[in-house]
Amino acid sequence: MTTPLLEVRHLKVEFPTRRGTLLALDDISFDIAAGEILGVVGESGAGKSLTGAAIIGLLDPPGRIASGEILLEGRRIDNLPYEQMRKIRGRQIGAIFQDPLTSLNPLYTVGRQLTETITTHLPLNQAQARTRAIELLEQTGIPAAAQRIDQFPHQFSGGMRQRVVIALALAASPKLIVADEPTTALDVSIQAQIISLLKSICKEQGAAVMLVTHDMGVIAETCDRVAVLYAGRIAEIGPVAEVIHRPAHPYTAGLMGSIPAMDEDRERLLQIDGSMPRLNAIPRGCAYNPRCPQVFERCRVERPELAQVGLTRAACWLHAEVAA
Amino acid sequence: MTGNPLVEVRDLAKVFDVSPPWLNRVVERKPKLFVHAVDGISFAIERGKTLALVGESGCGKSTVARLLVGLYPPTAGSVSFDGVDTAQTLVGSGALALRRRMQMIFQDPYASLNPRWKVLDIVGEALREHGLISNEDELKARVADLLQSVGLVAADRDKFPHQFSGGQRQRISIARALATEPEFLVCDEPTSALDVSVQAQVLNIMKDLQRSRGLTYLFISHNLAVVRHVADQVGVMYLGRLVELADKANLFARPRHPYTRMLLDAIPDIHMTGRARTPVQGEVPNPLNPPSGCSFHPRCPLANERCKVERPALQQFQGIQVACHAVIEGRD
Repeated sequence: MTTPLLEVRHLKVEFPTRRGTLLALDDISFDIAAGEILGVVGESGAGKSLTGAAIIGLLDPPGRIASGEILLEGRRIDNLPYEQMRKIRGRQIGAIFQDPLTSLNPLYTVGRQLTETITTHLPLNQAQARTRAIELLEQTGIPAAAQRIDQFPHQFSGGMRQRVVIALALAASPKLIVADEPTTALDVSIQAQIISLLKSICKEQGAAVMLVTHDMGVIAETCDRVAVLYAGRIAEIGPVAEVIHRPAHPYTAGLMGSIPAMDEDRERLLQIDGSMPRLNAIPRGCAYNPRCPQVFERCRVERPELAQVGLTRAACWLHAEVAA
Repeated sequence: MTGNPLVEVRDLAKVFDVSPPWLNRVVERKPKLFVHAVDGISFAIERGKTLALVGESGCGKSTVARLLVGLYPPTAGSVSFDGVDTAQTLVGSGALALRRRMQMIFQDPYASLNPRWKVLDIVGEALREHGLISNEDELKARVADLLQSVGLVAADRDKFPHQFSGGQRQRISIARALATEPEFLVCDEPTSALDVSVQAQVLNIMKDLQRSRGLTYLFISHNLAVVRHVADQVGVMYLGRLVELADKANLFARPRHPYTRMLLDAIPDIHMTGRARTPVQGEVPNPLNPPSGCSFHPRCPLANERCKVERPALQQFQGIQVACHAVIEGRD
């Protein structure tokens, strides 16, 4: 096997507080191959966005990487000095955030923001950068790009702004794009446009994507593989179709069952009782055990590690028992 | 439609004045500006049923919710509740009695609960206000009952909102809305701020309560999958108008209006992995300057000359109501 584009190895992220250190990400490992789209799902507070932030080197202090490694094309990037990381960010890793209004500077024209990014990372002069910026805007489906490039973000609608943000992320043709809830702030009809845009552009450019979202539907339509996060750990990771149709972890099954489906009628939705534990009160054993309908003794004392279950990998004792 | 509906809305309209300040209008010669947030909609909800309103941001669904409970006075049209006109009743002596019968659940459980009040006071406020209890012991007992009916425990009444998670807070707002034993609940995106697993808990509770108490709901949402789960009837709104109104089975099996079809197409389906979607082009137009004719025509694949000039009215068509020239003419 060739080296994957991105490797995350035993990543731990912690937040030191006055009352002790909170472990927000606990031993996360996964790869993304070139051109692959990996989805990362989970409820609020599961650590999805934090994983993205750790990869692009934008963890908010006091959060810090406690241990583990992040490798981009076999080179460690988690311990680089700020200036070096800044060059990688944008050139090799592009980022798209949830709210397109706050990720654009309201005081600069869209064109200035784009050309600034382009000239920072690519050896182009102002005129060439402008041409490239117009190309990018056209590529992301903005009509009359040559005129709109001189407008300010407030003159764009929500969907159009998110297209600009995508154009910004793609400006230097990065190999990896970390997209953190790119469609959550948008209406459904716009969401569909942005998702298909993201998908087609990444295919054209051969860029790999880590797509962080809480929307299973978006994952199903977009991703090749999916990682399900629960309380800072990966509960299950595998090919999208497998995870959706044959979830191995009870949490994944619960998550799928709680989504109202369009093609079946149910009187009641499957519900997961309780809520995700707080970071300072993660239960012993499997973090999901107090909410799990299939819990048994071992789950309460011993923490399961990820293990191969069919085509996916799940961290659940149910499967260890079957195998043993 | 049989019997007499609990809530009946006729040609309801709400216009907001969003003009620049007087001085700017005079000095810069700017005109007055109006937004027709709700532009003449009519529907009825039968007792014990759920009508869902769906649409994208800015289509006026939340304005309808506020008009119905009387938080906004209507610009035109009427809302009648159990046969009486609410706009008149709510300024008269019967206001308290009417308010007791309809309550509202808001979208954001973090913003809709007073952070400095205990749950006892939050849920008990309406009980005190409406004089439904005679002493503090009775209040405590009633609040405990209400909390239990939404799956919380009696001891929770001595806590503050910050001690609860999002889903639990939304249950507190439901308990608060139920305090006056209303017949009609207006729910404005009650689950949009919640995670899916918690959303399922809240939706299940709402359905259970409807069954046990015979509640009537107006359910506002932008999520068609949620709507499909809770509603009996669905109204689709676009730029302040109803474009389609049908019972749930009809709407989802045979959506007529091109906008409804577009919304349904746009839903990511978890069971159709890798399905190619045909995203609809364009975005919702600026409500300050809506298109002529049918306001959907710039995005509509079926639009023709007539759609650009003549606004279609909502009319009966094969058992449903739809506002579209193309559907009525059979051009779809």
